[in-house]
Amino acid sequence: MNIPYYPGCTLNTNAKDLQQCAEYSAQALGFSMVELTDWNCCGASLPLTDNSSMGYAGPANVLINAKEEGTKEGNEDKLTTLCAVCYNVLKRTNYAFNNDNNKLDTVNSLLETDYKGDTNVLHYLEVLRDEIGYDKVKEKVTTQLKGLKVAPYYGCFLLRPHNEVGLDDPYSPTIFEGLLETLGCEVVDFSHKGECCGSYSAMTNPENVANCSFGVVESAVAAGADIIATTCPLCQFNLDGNQVKQKSHFGDLDEMPIIYFTQLLSIALGKDINSISFDSNSISPLPLLKEKGFV
Amino acid sequence: MSRTGVFVCHCGTNISATVDVVKVAEEMKNQPGVVYTEDYKFMCSAPGQGKLKEIIEENKLDSVVIAACSPHMHEKTFRNASEAAGLNAFKVEMANIREQCSWVHPDKAEGTVKSLDLTKKMIEKVRNNEELEKITMPVTKRALIVGGGIAGIQAALDIAASGTEVVIVEKSSSLGGHMIQLSETFPTLDCSQCIMTPKMVEASLNPNIKIYTYAEVEALDGFVGNFRLRIRKKAKSVIEDECTGCGICIEKCPKKVPNPFEMGLGMTKSISVPFPQAVPNVPVIDRDSCIYYKTGKCRVCEKVCGPKCIDFEQKDEIIYEDVGAIVVATGYDTMPLDKFGEYGYGKFKDVIDGLTFERMASAAGYTAGEIQRPSDGKVPETVVFIQCVGSRDESKGVSYCSKICCMYSAKHTMLYRHKVHHGKAHVFYMDIRAGGKNYEEFVRRAIEEDGAQYHRGRVSRVYEREGKLIVKGADTISGKPLTIEADMVVLATAMTARKGADKLAQTLGISYDKYQFYSESHPKLRPVETNTAGIFLAGACQGPKDVPESVAQGSAAASKVLGLLSQETLQREPITAEVNEANCIACFDCLNICPYGAITSKEIKDRDGNLIKEVAEVNPGVCMGCGLCNAACRSKTIELRGFLDSQIFAEINSLAA
Amino acid sequence: MSADGHHEVAKDEYIAQIEELSGEDVSKCYQCGKCTAGCPMAEKMDLPPSMVMRYMQLELSDDLKKATSRWDCVGCLVCGSRCPKFCNPGAVMEALRMEDMRSGNRDEVIEKLPVNFVKNAPQQAIVSGFRKYVP
Repeated sequence: MNIPYYPGCTLNTNAKDLQQCAEYSAQALGFSMVELTDWNCCGASLPLTDNSSMGYAGPANVLINAKEEGTKEGNEDKLTTLCAVCYNVLKRTNYAFNNDNNKLDTVNSLLETDYKGDTNVLHYLEVLRDEIGYDKVKEKVTTQLKGLKVAPYYGCFLLRPHNEVGLDDPYSPTIFEGLLETLGCEVVDFSHKGECCGSYSAMTNPENVANCSFGVVESAVAAGADIIATTCPLCQFNLDGNQVKQKSHFGDLDEMPIIYFTQLLSIALGKDINSISFDSNSISPLPLLKEKGFV
Repeated sequence: MSRTGVFVCHCGTNISATVDVVKVAEEMKNQPGVVYTEDYKFMCSAPGQGKLKEIIEENKLDSVVIAACSPHMHEKTFRNASEAAGLNAFKVEMANIREQCSWVHPDKAEGTVKSLDLTKKMIEKVRNNEELEKITMPVTKRALIVGGGIAGIQAALDIAASGTEVVIVEKSSSLGGHMIQLSETFPTLDCSQCIMTPKMVEASLNPNIKIYTYAEVEALDGFVGNFRLRIRKKAKSVIEDECTGCGICIEKCPKKVPNPFEMGLGMTKSISVPFPQAVPNVPVIDRDSCIYYKTGKCRVCEKVCGPKCIDFEQKDEIIYEDVGAIVVATGYDTMPLDKFGEYGYGKFKDVIDGLTFERMASAAGYTAGEIQRPSDGKVPETVVFIQCVGSRDESKGVSYCSKICCMYSAKHTMLYRHKVHHGKAHVFYMDIRAGGKNYEEFVRRAIEEDGAQYHRGRVSRVYEREGKLIVKGADTISGKPLTIEADMVVLATAMTARKGADKLAQTLGISYDKYQFYSESHPKLRPVETNTAGIFLAGACQGPKDVPESVAQGSAAASKVLGLLSQETLQREPITAEVNEANCIACFDCLNICPYGAITSKEIKDRDGNLIKEVAEVNPGVCMGCGLCNAACRSKTIELRGFLDSQIFAEINSLAA
Repeated sequence: MSADGHHEVAKDEYIAQIEELSGEDVSKCYQCGKCTAGCPMAEKMDLPPSMVMRYMQLELSDDLKKATSRWDCVGCLVCGSRCPKFCNPGAVMEALRMEDMRSGNRDEVIEKLPVNFVKNAPQQAIVSGFRKYVP
């Protein structure tokens, strides 16, 4: 099964390793991620205001390219992405195109070809759950992550706004939990699984990000988790980096390693841990993984 | 040739300011068939009506046109006055030269010209009018009430007091509705059971009241004064007439199930009465949980029953009741909370809803009145009450205000503080709606005497941390977020229509709004009538309301019923549809379009009983004279008496001339 | 808002501009405070989301211009996703930011940005940061 894949700026550069883990996992599960031949930045956030048609043009272009790719021989007519922000932007663009004729016309007038709002966007988690099936994933697991208490962190962009993006129920989601259980992890429910990490205000207001990230990490610690699994490279960066850079906000809190979901998935599917790069982690998860016997 | 009289009213200066009424009266003298005209200051006044009668008699008028206000105002008045003078009421028409002319045209010249046209038009119509006789129908002097809660019981007692027989059909196995679940009632803090059970018993002992419990209305036939209802008495598996209510079967039953009366938090048995004061005090076997019905074993209740009234083979019984009037008093449900995941209801045991708190606080409830956390049984030190859960919420709930939650939340804080003296009660509200008698004082008492803390702002989220519930709210008066660590959270959920309210409405043929609350005939002036003749409303099924209002509506509905049933025969306006059976081809477009079910098919047979043809037939008792059938009929075979095509065309031709 | 449901344009120019940019009809807001209650940055803000909505309603443009809460907003969308009246205070915050950036009222300068951040942060942070916070 060949599924068109949209990397987005981050997964293709700074977070390339996270993508590699996803590709390894795809191979292990019997599908391949076909990178779009032509793509551009999604914009990294969709404008919240009505007044920005340009903001929709970038993602619309991506979706047009995806549709082209998806209708090629041998490819699934879908698009998948690993980045929560890209997912959010693409889904919301689809929603706008399907529900607002004015926007549809205005944005299409800025593009070379018209976009009809018909590209089917799936997050990688949805591919695993719906296209592959968690049962099949379970079969391919070579290293059961037994005894690892994982707090699944969704952040904002996968869950909100629910009617436009709606990956899962915003207060009792199960898609990420289901995957982690399939990998053998012990899933820890914690109150801040959908609360904001501080996001891109890291650029101008690092204090704010520290506050938000602290809230998330602290609630995971209180719930008894060993590690937090993230679904967005920025959440990964914020939750991990701030524990070291803004230590004053974190006080005496035990350091909690943060790992990206594709890294965890690939380890369970047998990827050699030495081939996974934790260089960009401020707190390396390696000691914990060694302790639990996965290395 | 007709002898028409025309009266043009000044209506003080309401009409005469912008219409030259004297001229109109003058000009009408020239119209064919008009033998008398007059202009007058106030036609509807006593002398005005007296004049009308006088002129009719003196001039032997056979038809009258009154150019004045809207027929909505005074058509009845003038028709009654004319009838008194011996003229058929339907030979009297009004030309509306006020609402449709003098009040909307400031230019007197224009207004006068239009008034001339309008009056001429009605003269042409009335000349073509037929004399119609009011329709009389018999009346069954019995009433039926759907729903045995406080509104239904009140209506039943009031109707029975007149000596009229009443039937109550109650869906659950006991009278009482939701009111019997309440702990105390605002604003008096009367114990709910103490004030309600006497009424329930009174109803059960009243010889004029027949009560069916564990029963539902399945079908309705007939029309006002002549209804026939088909009622299904569901099988209780107990022979009701022989049961003494001793309760041994309940005691000995081995199967425990969550008790819906206690909002699922207390337990009851498969055979049970919902609460100890149930009326009738006859238990019912829940066949879904009973061991015998599932496995064939047990039958302990049968063994211990003294009067031997357990009957496992008992079947549902179908009963027919003939009545003249119906009162619908089916009450309310509370909003399901699955869309409100942010409050954690269902996920966190200590987040409960208003009715659950009532059962907790009730001395007869599953905790014998002690406030306890459902999770660990401990007494909560801090309780947060959240108002407007589901109500005033367009995005996930309903846009309306549920009316009672401000009052019962205040009540809850008082009950909590009376029982847990050191406890802290917090209320998050948007507004306080306390408009009833002594209501505002009640809320202030909760704050000033009983120490409840009120915060103006809504709650965004409730989550659990180390056994406590973290409530993230806001205080908009200071403009700051406000977080409270609570031991228990009570959600004031919105009142909604009963589940299945739409089905019942469709069975009875009454209308409902988008929230499935039943529609009253006029929101201001006819709150307990529906647009279906003979069917009345009482209580929360019509919209959120408290006990005093429900009781008042129960009595109001009763008075309407008694008014209806006090007549020997019912008279109805003859503005009904009539089928020309010679022309009718039985396409039944009229039957399908009639919103009142007034049209049926009729077979026309010859002398030997052979079918000649089918035609449509209108039941004048049910027909409301809306005219839809007339519009739908392709061959104009069905017409509306009083608005025949010939009459309408006379009006049109007059205007076109 | 007028009785026939058509939205009347605000008298104050600044307020009218923000309303147009955001696409929001602030008269719908009935000040329940749920947005402020759920906002992760509300404790820090000088004017939390419900107060921003109120100031828009009262057309207090001078006070609004002085407020800095728009730069504390992280764009997490909790406010709009829980609002019972389908309002989106986040859109108003965004419009306030856009107006400042477009009219040159934003002090942040690229030189002020932390070098480490620009080097190490995920691209998406830089892209969106530039779109939202830095002109």
